[in-house]
Amino acid sequence: MTIEDVRRRRLLAYSVPILAVLGALAIGAIMLIALDADVVKGFSRLFSGAFGSTDALIETALKATPLLFVGVGITIAFRANVINIGGEGQMVAGGLLSTIVALNSPDMGPFIMIPLVLLAGLAGGAIWGAIPGALKAYYGVNEILSTIMLNVVAVQLMNYLLRGPLIDPLEIERGTRIPQTERLVESADLPLLFGSGRLHIGPLIAVLAAIVAYIILWRTPLGYRVRAVGQNVDASRYAGIPVKRTIVLALTMSGALCGLAGAVLVFGSEGHRMVTDGSTAGFTGSAGFNGIVAALFGGLHPLWTIPASFLFGGLLVGGLALQRAVQVPSALILALNGLVVIFVVSADRFRRRLLERPPVVIEENDDNNRNEVATAAVAAAEPTSGDHPEGGDS
Amino acid sequence: MLEMKGITKRFPGVLASDDVSFDVYPGEVHTLLGENGAGKSTLMKILYGLYEADEGEVLLNGEPLDIHEPTDAIEHGIGMIHQHFMLVPTLTVAENVALGLRSSKGVRTDLDVVSARILELSEIYGLKVDPNAFIWQMAVGEQQRVEIIKALYRDAQLLILDEPTAVLTPQEVDQLFVTLRQLRDDGRGLIFISHKLHEVLALSTRITVLRHGRVTGSVSAEGATRESLAQMMVGRAVKLAPDKTEAHPTDVKLAIKDLRVLRDRGEEGVRGVDLEVRAGEIVGVAGVSGNGQMLLAEAIAGLRTPSEGSIRIAGTEVVGMNPKEVRGTGLSYVPEKRMKDGAISEFTVSENLLLIDHNESEYLNHGLYDFGTINEHCQQLVEEYTVKTPTLDTPARNLSGGNIQKMIIARELSGTPEVLVAAQPTRGVDIGAAEYIHKRLIEQRDESTAILMISEDLDEVFGVSDRVAVMYEGEIMGIVDPKTATREEVGLMMAGVGREQTGG
Repeated sequence: MTIEDVRRRRLLAYSVPILAVLGALAIGAIMLIALDADVVKGFSRLFSGAFGSTDALIETALKATPLLFVGVGITIAFRANVINIGGEGQMVAGGLLSTIVALNSPDMGPFIMIPLVLLAGLAGGAIWGAIPGALKAYYGVNEILSTIMLNVVAVQLMNYLLRGPLIDPLEIERGTRIPQTERLVESADLPLLFGSGRLHIGPLIAVLAAIVAYIILWRTPLGYRVRAVGQNVDASRYAGIPVKRTIVLALTMSGALCGLAGAVLVFGSEGHRMVTDGSTAGFTGSAGFNGIVAALFGGLHPLWTIPASFLFGGLLVGGLALQRAVQVPSALILALNGLVVIFVVSADRFRRRLLERPPVVIEENDDNNRNEVATAAVAAAEPTSGDHPEGGDS
Repeated sequence: MLEMKGITKRFPGVLASDDVSFDVYPGEVHTLLGENGAGKSTLMKILYGLYEADEGEVLLNGEPLDIHEPTDAIEHGIGMIHQHFMLVPTLTVAENVALGLRSSKGVRTDLDVVSARILELSEIYGLKVDPNAFIWQMAVGEQQRVEIIKALYRDAQLLILDEPTAVLTPQEVDQLFVTLRQLRDDGRGLIFISHKLHEVLALSTRITVLRHGRVTGSVSAEGATRESLAQMMVGRAVKLAPDKTEAHPTDVKLAIKDLRVLRDRGEEGVRGVDLEVRAGEIVGVAGVSGNGQMLLAEAIAGLRTPSEGSIRIAGTEVVGMNPKEVRGTGLSYVPEKRMKDGAISEFTVSENLLLIDHNESEYLNHGLYDFGTINEHCQQLVEEYTVKTPTLDTPARNLSGGNIQKMIIARELSGTPEVLVAAQPTRGVDIGAAEYIHKRLIEQRDESTAILMISEDLDEVFGVSDRVAVMYEGEIMGIVDPKTATREEVGLMMAGVGREQTGG
């Protein structure tokens, strides 16, 4: 196999996720046809709704922000070979802790308040990630089960807190009892970009987080350990890497990024308060799950997760536009998203197989190599009588 | 009886078999000799129907042989004894032999008939087995006898033996060879695959040497020497026994006292080992695989906690320490399973070279890796230890076994350790790399490192060690001087026959 083949294979591998999305859309088109909807109109609205105007792009960027945080968090966990399905719960935990901090601290101005609430979000998610991490590392509890279960715990905790201790006093006064906090302190509002409008600094923080995650994973000893443990636990143990601690740390970092997503959702929201409709998705918009897809779409690489989140966010925003344009049931949009998830996740297998198959095994199979080894290895003492004739008396 | 002509087989990027011709006459042992990846298995897999050749033809008794799967091969009287036995552990010998055959009694099993025939065969060829014994209860040597009986039961005229001696003690090898010679004298054709030169010379009628998928020589065993065969395998003159000066051992650096280590399943695998290794000497640990050598190595490295006993490295008690702390006392460790424990296949060469030192401040700049220094350090190691790799960023999995091992040795020796434990340092490594690794071990010894080398290869044990400790069932049977001891003596000790301790 030549270098050309390797390149071709790489190119193919990188185009697999795109092909997967196109495949999902193709099936979506069949469903639209079955519903007697105008496919061309629907899809053109999908794209214009996602990327067609400044407003659309802003909407897409805002939708992509939690996906990117979660996607990067998931990537860190995956790199340690830990599967974090708890993004939803970690987002809720981050949102809650940042809200509690904002409600209970004196107003110290935006320069302190914004970092403070973001750090609180980070911490909330970190705790919610550290729990399954410790359970896995020290007690062998399957992290897929524990993270999913903790999602349920988080949402009930949120419902309890927002209906009781954290509820807006006005809601009680008025007797409406909507489970939401009061409007949080203004100095913690995420600043808007370009003066007015809806676009806040959340997307920038998310991109920054992706870059930091990249640096941690590939430029620091901590990231080295995370990747080593993810690739080969035995070799890591042999090398003296504290495997258990590294697993806990990876899930903690993963949770922290999801928690940050929760905080950005709260302090970047239009109401600037935390609200619950009783479900996790009501708060997270399912970003805790969709972020996993974004991470896989981005090949589990923090930097590639940036465009992947943006594209996936666009698909979510554009899906709503499609629904409005051709008047199809909203279930279709959910189905379309589901299809993309299934296609991308299954395609990931192919992509990895394409990348993993060893392109060339470098054997010492030319005589130049041999001679080099020979000169280096055999002391000059032994004179080699030229080259040995190939073959004996055959 | 068998003729393979002009066999060519291409895999993506590799010519695994390039116009290879090979034949076997009835009543001879024809050996296929070559390093890993030379094309021996490819050729045999083609013969056995596991691969199809791109070019060339196979004739059996003058007829073109049309083989697509192993059952075709078996029907044509070709039997293969695989290196890894193909037996069902939960079934008996008779059941394993009968597996896949039609019963003579229709829908009912005919295990009594099978058992009778097994006894008959074992009588004729001296292959002692009990037809009603379960495979899981049997020792490796016995299981191999079952494999041979399985092939004979199917009346195999042509037998392929893929590295059959790899798992046997020298005595078991002798026993196997008696059987194989008898089969040969019966007029069967035997294809023997091995890279152990002295065995090849002892058994073969003819020897064909492969290198990079091509035949580099086909010689009669008479007149061939280990040196001439090795030269054909490697393509240049090879020193089989490394140059070695007298050792000058000084202080005890590794002291093991009454060490007991449990296996995963709880039984005692190391049963009271006492051993000392001094600075400037290599102590070889010989023994058949599974006699506690690996447990011993893992216990020293801190990867397994001993149930009793003491291990001191350069004077420090290391029992109870974690692997990192043990390394801190001056231990380096070359593990037996290099792809499992020694290297991370998806990591690049430089990342692998950094495995132990990834947290050292000299490679960091404000907490971030300083790739300039790292690359310089790795480049130096790769050059010094002649690791063949296209770049430092090549994933380790793309390197050959020999180069991966050289990479691990480079990493482990770079810190000039006080004590080095090297487990199977050259297993599965090509001759050139093995030669180099032996030379490095001896050099390291002369720099007064205490080296404990665990090996199942007696040539290696005798060639490299200054003292040889023989392990059997978790105990040291004795320590001998490789200059005066014979292979037979060591072989007996490996099989559990005791001997008075002679050397230090």
